[in-house]
Order: sequence, then C-alpha cells, then structure tokens
Amino acid sequence: MTSLMVKARQLVHEYIRRDEEGNPIATHTALDHVDIDIKPGSFVAILGHNGSGKSTLAKHLNVLLNPTEGTLWVDGKDTSDADNLWKIRQNTGMVFQNPDNQIIGSIVEEDVGFGPENIGVPTDEIWQRVEDSLKAVGMLKYRSHSPNKLSGGQKQRVAIAGVVAMQPKCIVLDEPTAMLDPNGRKEVLKTVHELNKKKGVTIILITHYMEEVTDADYVYVMDSGAVVMQGTPREIFSRVDSLKAHRMDVPQITLLAHELKKAGLDLPDGILTREELIEALEKLNESFKGRNTLCQ
Amino acid sequence: MLRDITIGQYYPTGSVIHRMDPRVKLFGTLVFLISVFAYKGIVGLAVVTLFLAAVIRISKVPFRYMVKGLRAIMVLMLITALFNLFLTPGEPLFQIWKLKITKEGIAAAVRMAIRLTYLILGTSLMTLTTTPNQLTDGLEKALRPLNKIHVPVHEIAMMMSIALRFIPILIEETDKIMKAQTARGANFDEGNIIQKAKSLVPLLVPLFISAFRRANDLAMAMEARCYCGGDGRTKMKPLRYQGLDYKAYAALILYLALLFVLRVVV
Repeated sequence: MTSLMVKARQLVHEYIRRDEEGNPIATHTALDHVDIDIKPGSFVAILGHNGSGKSTLAKHLNVLLNPTEGTLWVDGKDTSDADNLWKIRQNTGMVFQNPDNQIIGSIVEEDVGFGPENIGVPTDEIWQRVEDSLKAVGMLKYRSHSPNKLSGGQKQRVAIAGVVAMQPKCIVLDEPTAMLDPNGRKEVLKTVHELNKKKGVTIILITHYMEEVTDADYVYVMDSGAVVMQGTPREIFSRVDSLKAHRMDVPQITLLAHELKKAGLDLPDGILTREELIEALEKLNESFKGRNTLCQ
Repeated sequence: MLRDITIGQYYPTGSVIHRMDPRVKLFGTLVFLISVFAYKGIVGLAVVTLFLAAVIRISKVPFRYMVKGLRAIMVLMLITALFNLFLTPGEPLFQIWKLKITKEGIAAAVRMAIRLTYLILGTSLMTLTTTPNQLTDGLEKALRPLNKIHVPVHEIAMMMSIALRFIPILIEETDKIMKAQTARGANFDEGNIIQKAKSLVPLLVPLFISAFRRANDLAMAMEARCYCGGDGRTKMKPLRYQGLDYKAYAALILYLALLFVLRVVV
C-alpha cells in the first residue's frame, strides 16, 4: 500500500469554535470520514461547492492542518507524526487561490528560489532549479520582472514554478483558477497538465469548475465534508441527476447530451466533449439513414 | 495620486556604484554621515563636497533627479536655518524688533543648511543605487553579529522585504477601497481636518482587515514552502565581496582618515 501517493482512511476534521475562556461552544465537521486513494503520477480532481470541505482536505495534504480522527498517509508517511512534517511539505507542493498572497519575492526568480532556499539547496543548484522550473511553466523570459506587473495567470504560473523548484512528487492546487479570467485559467490548466505528463508529478486539483475536471484521471466529488461520488470523469458525468442533487453544475455538452437522451435519442452516457457529441450524433444519423433505406 | 509614492526609489544605471556590495554602501553612507558632521573649516567642506560630487558622478544618477528629493525637506531646512539665524548668541550685526541677527548666526545657518542638504543627498544616493532587496540582504548580513545578543536579525530583514513587496499591492487596494467608498457617497476631500480624519475610518478599517487576511494567507503559503526561519537556509544570491568592494572600502577609509588629519592640522 505504500505505493499510493495519498491514502486517507476515515479522515475527520472538526473546527471547534471557542468562547473567550476557551470552552468549546460549537463544532463544525469539515471532513467526515473521508477515504481517498491517489496513485503516483495520476491527475486527480476534487470537486465540491463552497464549504464542502475540499480546501480543508487540501490543507491536510500539506500538514497545514492535522486530522481530528483517522489517518492520512502522504507518500507512505503518516501526517500526524511531527517528524515527517518537513519531508511531507517538501514532497507535496501547494498552490493557493490568490496569486498575490503567495508570492514572497519582489522579483520573479527570487520568488521561485524561495522554496529551495528554505530547504537548504546549495546556491548553484538553486539557480539551475529556478531556470528549469521557470522553463517548465513557460515564464523564463519574465525572470527578472516584478510579480506586480504580471497578469493573474502569469502570477499563478510563477507560484507553480515556485513549487516545482522544490521538486515535489505531488502538487496540490487549491482552486488555482478561481480568481483568474478565462485566458489565465486556460494557461494555468495547460501548465498543470504538462507538468503531469512530462515530469510525472502527481496533481491534485481542487476546483468547483466542472470544465477543468474532464481531463482528469479520477474525480472525487465532496459535499458537506464527505466524499459523495467518485470515479472517472465519464462515470461521474453520466450521473447527471445525482450531480445536480449535490448542487454541482454539469458541463453544458454533457447536459445537452443528457437532455437529448431523456427526449428519446439513443446516446451513450457521460459525453464530455463537443467532438464526442458530434460523433455520437453522426453515428445516430447514419443508423437512421440505414433504417430509412431499408424502409424504401 | 497614491501611485506616485515610491519608497526606496531605485534608479538603475548599471554603474560601478550600483554593482557594489550593499554592505559597502551601508558602510559608505555611515562614513559620509560621520564626515558631514566631523569636518572643520573651509578645506574640510571642500573635501566633503568633492567626495560627494565624485560619487554622484560615478553613480551616473542625474543630479537634477537627486535635487527633486530635496524639495520635500525644504520646509524643515528653512525652519532650522531660521532658528540658527536668530537664536545663536554672538556679535550682533543688526536687530529687527527683538530679533537679533548675529555673525555667528549666519555662519551656523549656512553650515546647517549645507549639512542637511549633504545628508539627504548622501542617503538618497544609497537608496537610488541599491534595490530594496539588496538593502535588506546587506542589513541582514551586516547585522548578523547582533544575533548573538538575541536580536532576530533574519526575521527583521524578512519583515522588511515582505513589507516592501506588499507596498504596491496595498496601495492598489487603498485606491480600490477609496473608489468603492466614493461610489457610496464617501467624501475624502472636503471639510476641516477633523472631518477629514473621520472620513478615513471607512477607508482604514477595510484596508486593515484585508491586510490581515493577506498576512494570514502569506504565512500559510510560506509555511507550505518549508519556511521555518533563518536556520539552515541557503541563499540564492549570497553576498560576496569582489575586488571592487575592497577598493571601495580602502577609498572610504582613506577619505575618513584625510578628514581627521585635516581636522587636526588645519
């Protein structure tokens, strides 16, 4: 079982609100007995609307939070063991939502170098890593710019480079596109997919945009702290009605196919892209034609 | 209007001074400050002026650009000059009502004005030729011995560089909040000073809340990237003295020695 990148068993996290004397007055269960298995090198998406516990889960992966109950292993190491803390943080990079609030350096290359500096990488190797990771996210020509002058998508790519420079096995992205415009969103997703394919980095993408999930290897859907659905994107999106029950949007193409099917057309379940729908419709058209000729 | 504020206004020219180690420049500024107050006589003044002029020339920063910085302290300079002019006791030259102008007073006023001008020029030369980051790096390294008496040197330097990084972001945010409050009928420009101060409350409260939120996010992002203080950290751009820096040190010490010799001899 150590071959799993992330393994969660019955993970529970409770936020406890306390009054001024420190007596608990209310508890809020953000994670409710969550089981998760993520294979190394895979691209996994975690979906959920606001308050579904997906960000809490992300913070557990980087040991920014500790579980109240249950166990979480990251790369085979138990996160509740304090000795593993720095090793896990080094192996699991984290990219947050707001690009401005996670860039520390006042020059792009200095920010990318911040992580390697912290883990004590020698100077020459820092320069090498900074160059490599800026190249990997396509931001090498901005290396001496100030982050303040970059667009949102570019800033987010710098933040990703800052994580890549630490050479993690796994990158957790906590709604990295929530504050970006459509172009920035595309840039960031393309970068993340390339990292996954070329460098074999495990990607855990946390999001509430359905469209970002269609290319993932595996999807978990969360609602009120629990994993309510899981499977490949195709499996998930073929269950349009239960997705709606969890207040999740469905990609428009999938929705269209679903409605057509309900109206009586013989379409397969879980159509994700426009091309697939066109293909299925053409096939259907062909079979109609075939029937028509038979009738004549 | 808020965007015009530039702190640590860096003026890149790529000169020798720009390329120097920030520690040399810190030391140089200190030496210059000492010399401005230690010189004696007209010869001493000439040496200090010559030194300043030479450094400005080498830095290639336009003199006119530097003088702009003086405008801000014009009032301060005028007040000190006036105080010196009227309040220095000595041989009276002429008298207006109860105010006496003395010979010594004129000399003191002129000397004070020159000192203040040189002070501003000298220190602004440092910020003009050093990026804020180099400056904090230099301070961190130069003050490292203070670590022994438990001064958190690394933490202070880190705070300074983060503050510098967030100044433009917070300025932008202030602009945004101002516009939002103006759209809801807030008025920042009219009324007496008390009303103006009061009108700042709806600006400052959201600004502080957002700054705290940012600080919280940033702390988390830093922790996620394995930041745990200065111990065991390596540097991407470590400070190393070059041949140039040793020459600069030698020149500075020579300059200081010359001034003290002049002080004794003349």
